[in-house]
Amino acid sequence: MLDALTIAIGVTAVALAAWCGFAAYRDQPTKDWHFIGMAVVSLLAFAQLAVGVVQLARGEEPHEGTAIFLAYLIGSFAAVPAAGFLSLAERTRWGSATVAAGAIVLAVLEVRLYDIWKG
Amino acid sequence: MTENRTAIAPAGASKTPRSQLVQGPGLLLVWLYGVMSVGSVSRSAYQILTEFDRAPLAYSLSAVAAVVYAFITYTLVRGGERARRAALACCAAELAGVLIVGTWTLLEPSLFPDDTVWTTYGMGYVFIPVLLPVTGMLWLRRPRISPPPRPVP
Repeated sequence: MLDALTIAIGVTAVALAAWCGFAAYRDQPTKDWHFIGMAVVSLLAFAQLAVGVVQLARGEEPHEGTAIFLAYLIGSFAAVPAAGFLSLAERTRWGSATVAAGAIVLAVLEVRLYDIWKG
Repeated sequence: MTENRTAIAPAGASKTPRSQLVQGPGLLLVWLYGVMSVGSVSRSAYQILTEFDRAPLAYSLSAVAAVVYAFITYTLVRGGERARRAALACCAAELAGVLIVGTWTLLEPSLFPDDTVWTTYGMGYVFIPVLLPVTGMLWLRRPRISPPPRPVP
């Protein structure tokens, strides 16, 4: 796996969580700028999914097994978009809080992904 | 699906819309339950299919936890008074499960060669398993049959 990409996603996910958490604290729903931030993080996660699949296809073995690695890759790609869609329907601070929770989930998944690949 | 729902609904329930549980704080709750469901279902399915013999008790308990999470997520999304009561009962069962399994893993670690979802009160999941049912029960505690009274201007 590309370590730089994993670290970049982890850092941007934490930043997104802080940003949306702040919006929830200020009693605001998610706005256009938040969705642009979610798009950036999701794009990075998609790049990671692509890189991971290519590396599996080239025959590289994750330390903890291919199935777990693939499951975490898909999960980390889906986390932020799923929370973003939920926040579209909930135009209150709780929508922002949900996106913040989704971004934290992504950051945790990145730490696990790093372990699963390296061992 | 729709026909089935109207058939189950008690008489008179069709007049008022099904009370929404996924609203406000409920959205955050259903999101966390959804994440826990996906995580625990896939984890226990994988463990039971590939290495069940290594820690049968731990993996069976994880499977029970996964079923509870999936069911609570489903009832929260579905909404309605019956679903609220079912989810409330499951949250209580979940809390009991976390406390019992958590204590059990502390007292008899030899029985658990591998972790369950609820080992040490869910420490592997940042204690979310023990916090979720408490917040869930607080959120589900009162009935939502009538809409909240509108403030008089």
